[in-house]
Amino acid sequence: MSLDTKTVAHIATLARIRVPAEDLPGLAQELNGIMTWIEQLNEVDTTGIEPMAGVTHRNLPQRQDAVTDGGYPDKILLNAPDAAHGFFTVPKVVE
Amino acid sequence: MSTELTGLTIGEALDGLAKKSFSSKELTEASLAAMDKHRDLNAFIVETPEKARAMAAEADARRAKGEAKGLLDGIPLAIKDLFCTDGVQTTAGSHILEGFKPPYESTVTANLWKAGAVMLGKVNMDEFAMGSSNLSSYYGGVGNPWKRRGDNRRLVPGGSSGGSAAAVAARMAFGATATDTGGSIRQPAAFTGTVGIKPTYGRCSRWGIVAFASSLDQAGPMARSVKDCALMLGAMAGYDAKDSTSVDLPVPDYAKALTGDIRGMRIGIPKEYRLDGMAPEIEKLWAKGADWLKAAGAEIKEISLPHTKYALPTYYIIAPAEASSNLARYDGVRFGLRVPGESLDDMYERTRAEGFGKEVRRRILIGTYVLSAGYYDAYYVKAQRLRALIARDFETAYKEVDAILTPSTPTAAFAEGENTDDPVQMYLNDVFTVTVNLAGLPGISVPAGLDARGLPLGLQLIGRAFDEESLFKVAGVIESSAGFKAKPEGF
Repeated sequence: MSLDTKTVAHIATLARIRVPAEDLPGLAQELNGIMTWIEQLNEVDTTGIEPMAGVTHRNLPQRQDAVTDGGYPDKILLNAPDAAHGFFTVPKVVE
Repeated sequence: MSTELTGLTIGEALDGLAKKSFSSKELTEASLAAMDKHRDLNAFIVETPEKARAMAAEADARRAKGEAKGLLDGIPLAIKDLFCTDGVQTTAGSHILEGFKPPYESTVTANLWKAGAVMLGKVNMDEFAMGSSNLSSYYGGVGNPWKRRGDNRRLVPGGSSGGSAAAVAARMAFGATATDTGGSIRQPAAFTGTVGIKPTYGRCSRWGIVAFASSLDQAGPMARSVKDCALMLGAMAGYDAKDSTSVDLPVPDYAKALTGDIRGMRIGIPKEYRLDGMAPEIEKLWAKGADWLKAAGAEIKEISLPHTKYALPTYYIIAPAEASSNLARYDGVRFGLRVPGESLDDMYERTRAEGFGKEVRRRILIGTYVLSAGYYDAYYVKAQRLRALIARDFETAYKEVDAILTPSTPTAAFAEGENTDDPVQMYLNDVFTVTVNLAGLPGISVPAGLDARGLPLGLQLIGRAFDEESLFKVAGVIESSAGFKAKPEGF
């Protein structure tokens, strides 16, 4: 599978990273180099092997479904690039 | 006097503090002076001298009252800039987090302060821990204190924990925290003649550590002796309800494991780690390591880990996949950089384009691709199946052996500019270390000798899950047999 510039542009949109059009061919070549190297995994027959998502062989612990933290909006907003009136702000999304 | 102080191991410094031969204030001032002197290495992103002095004064006050509080009371440490530190800038080496001051403390660093350690500052690293040279840091590369004989070119300290490695090797800090997702503790340890251990996944809490690949990330210490790493890990490790993958097991007294007695232990030598074109001196050192262990009474066995060659390509699906979703949070809304845009999406795209460096962008795009509709099974699930086979290789091997001995890296430290054109070439640095992360096992790198150009080389020991004690024990034997006393010139 080879990644063309159109595919790379599509992935970049999915990842919400602006990639200038002139960067696309170079980036496609780099990503193709990596993906071609990864293709060697197809040499291995993995039929019937259970996919491994993590190394913890036990159920994740559960806790009471209760509020255990919070109540400090100032701390939460401390690092916001543009907080106002106790809220995070974003560009206008509704016309 | 001060150079003598900075050259002490943590163990020696603790003895001196206990005997009142010197104070934490003196150790801390000596470290701060060394940081000042070696600022050209660019090891620190932020120095926190005021905090260090205040913490040292508290440690001295406790000791004066006979109330020394923990395993590391009064010991100055450097903290990798991936650990959130309350009120102190934490960037993960990225522009996108420039200026970010967490209003909370990571569990691992909180544990260290509880043990009495002193914070010197935050050390440089590859951006979001993605790299093997520290060159992907937005805050610039880090110099390795070591140089090739007769060659003045600046070498990389390895990565991603390059600042941690340089700070420890250059005697600026007595030890440093680090993290390891594919080799980021062990490779820089090998490149700088220091000791570094990646503990078992789940040993140290990941809470408050900026996430790269959550199923692989694990914190660990770097220091100048095996015992120092044992002391530091003892303070860093432990169950934490805030990390659901943290494991509720008692933390042993790791330093006690350093008995030197490895009689009857079975050590595996995996034949698949013998690479074509491997530097002969690395192969020789590996054989020497096996001889040392044999001479100490261990039994050496050749073993097979048949899926080893697939570990790196497996990693380069799984780690970018996890990273692409972890790094989705950097969107210019809640913290970090914001580049204004005409719409919400425009703002996201501009912020992330400016905020992420090239390697991070590359990995986010690969991760997004392998998780996207139509490719998920072909790449991501395939890699997860390979991961299961790699883990199974180790399970099979541990029926026959108690620990595994390998080289830490395929080469010694390289110069800035070498090795950097082709990303895949750079990824090969982790060929001996990455299997350990995929299987969630502990691994330690111990300096064992110098190459023909005078650069340090490391040997890696891989252990069973949660058997760091055996690793420390065997690593202690490698350390004493190797008698590695070399120091970078001028440090």
